Amino acid sequence: MKRSVQLLLALTAALSLAACSTTKPEEEQVDTTAQEDAAAQAEAEALARQRAAEEAERQRIAALLDENVIYFDFDDDSIRSEYVEVLEAHAGYAKSSGKSVVLEGHADERGTPEYNLALGERRAKSVAQLMRTYGVSDSNIDVISFGEESPANPAHNEEAWQENRRVEIKYQ
Amino acid sequence: MKHILKTIAIISISLMALASKAEIQIYITEGRSDARPVAVVPFKFESESAVQAQPPFDFAKIIADDLRRSGKFNPTEISKLPHHPYSIDQVNLEQWRKLGVDGVVYGTVTQTASGNYMVSYDLIDPFNDKAIFSADIADGSYPLIPTSSHLMVLKTKVVDNDNFRWGAHIAADEIYEALTGERGAFATQIAYVEVNRNDPRPYQLFVADSDGFNAKRIFASRSPIMSPTWSPDSSQLSYVTFENGRSEIVIQDIASGQREIVASYKGFNSAPAWSPDGSNMVVVLSKDGNPELYLLELATKRLQRLTRHYAIDTEPSWAPDGKSLIFTSDRGGRPQIYRIRLADKKVDRVTFEGIHNAGAEFTPDGKGIVMVHQANGSYHIAAQDLATGQLTVLTKTTLDESLSIAPNGSMIIYSTVDGGQKVLSAVSMDGRFKARLPATVGEVKAPAWSPFIL
Repeated sequence: MKRSVQLLLALTAALSLAACSTTKPEEEQVDTTAQEDAAAQAEAEALARQRAAEEAERQRIAALLDENVIYFDFDDDSIRSEYVEVLEAHAGYAKSSGKSVVLEGHADERGTPEYNLALGERRAKSVAQLMRTYGVSDSNIDVISFGEESPANPAHNEEAWQENRRVEIKYQ
Repeated sequence: MKHILKTIAIISISLMALASKAEIQIYITEGRSDARPVAVVPFKFESESAVQAQPPFDFAKIIADDLRRSGKFNPTEISKLPHHPYSIDQVNLEQWRKLGVDGVVYGTVTQTASGNYMVSYDLIDPFNDKAIFSADIADGSYPLIPTSSHLMVLKTKVVDNDNFRWGAHIAADEIYEALTGERGAFATQIAYVEVNRNDPRPYQLFVADSDGFNAKRIFASRSPIMSPTWSPDSSQLSYVTFENGRSEIVIQDIASGQREIVASYKGFNSAPAWSPDGSNMVVVLSKDGNPELYLLELATKRLQRLTRHYAIDTEPSWAPDGKSLIFTSDRGGRPQIYRIRLADKKVDRVTFEGIHNAGAEFTPDGKGIVMVHQANGSYHIAAQDLATGQLTVLTKTTLDESLSIAPNGSMIIYSTVDGGQKVLSAVSMDGRFKARLPATVGEVKAPAWSPFIL
């Protein structure tokens, strides 16, 4: 129940974000040379702005794609809202590149190893479900759980555990 | 807790200087003040061979260390022994009664040829003149003197350099059984996973004797190894390996090293548990969407699905009679222990105390279970009586997991974190005796105690 509510919020946030990003270019028809020059200049500026916006968007996506680890709360497989944009970007990349996504699920060391293997898979499947919502086909998603066996940080403390409760997004 | 002696690092029985590779050491961290006093007299050494060579190990010391490590006995310091008899006619019963020991062990190691030894040893009860061996003594070589009626164990064994320690563990088992009425579990082995991040193949599967000696690496990998478990005849180990990029279940023959992959399905393959008769295994597969228990017939590799629930079902452990299993499931919201009957697949919840119980195993008598129990955010080993439902927390360590029970039900070995390292630890079934078993190199986890080996 908790998970589906978070997912819904995430989708709503993503949709409103998409709505904001569409822009309406302002255009006015005039016939003097000065006005034409000004218009040309305005057009050039608009184009530059558009290019800058596109570049910013490219950089935003690239930054999101750089983020390839999704972290989780203790004994929990719900995706925090902060990762929705990241996963949307990865879904977009998976679709445009045609590459297969490999989702590696991990758990911290607390609790038993075999249960944690199942928990790691549940986390990876939770990420897979959101990526499918963004249009990645099921056949292009591979889920592998490592449970608590492959920690990102081998220390035995709260800081390490936070780093270890994760899904790593990889491409094949 | 006055009756508990704390933090006595009594025995460090690993030959660190000689160990070319990792071994585990055993430190007793919490002993019992009511441990029974026994005396193990240093054995006499004799040689029939022209070239005299001392035996590779101290037979009597191995026995004494085993008895101490059981938590039930407190061997007397050698300097406090009243005299050193080597045979029954030398025993001065009055002196041993005065010392107040429940048993006296003495013996002789005779070198018969280079590297070959004949070991004779006895156990006597100085207070019991109606001990059990009069019939054996009649047809044996011992003279029928009054002292012989105190005999509880009378043995002669032939050993060589390779099985010298094993012979001493068997002797310790015989002495333990004579004194307690319970079968000893010293002549057994422990399998465990060691992680040494400096090694190019950091994940290593070891088999060692129950005292940590004779550690042999039987598999090493660049990828994780999980859940080792013994076949009922203790000739094979099953475990989970990630060597092909994802979890698979293999069976490895310990003597030959031969390996066979028995489960490599889509999703994960985990938690193998051999049936008591060795013909089947219950495994946990997520191939049908989420983790479920499956019965795997080893001869045919045929699968039969046992559980059917959208929750996590894992960590199966067979009842000793082979008719039911306990397993972990979070079908109630949080992980708890459930029991499934094989006949009708009926599932009942077993644990109700605490919000998180997992990784449970039946005790060898089938009357109880031992599990990982979370209380106030800490993970402890706990035992539950199946008839009364009463749960007892046994450990003070806080990140316990991967428990395994000795085949005589006396001791539990488990994995925990201590001093910033993953180490093995042991606790007696009553929780009153505790030991720490760190590795000489790296971290150790996933211990599995072998069945009786004979």
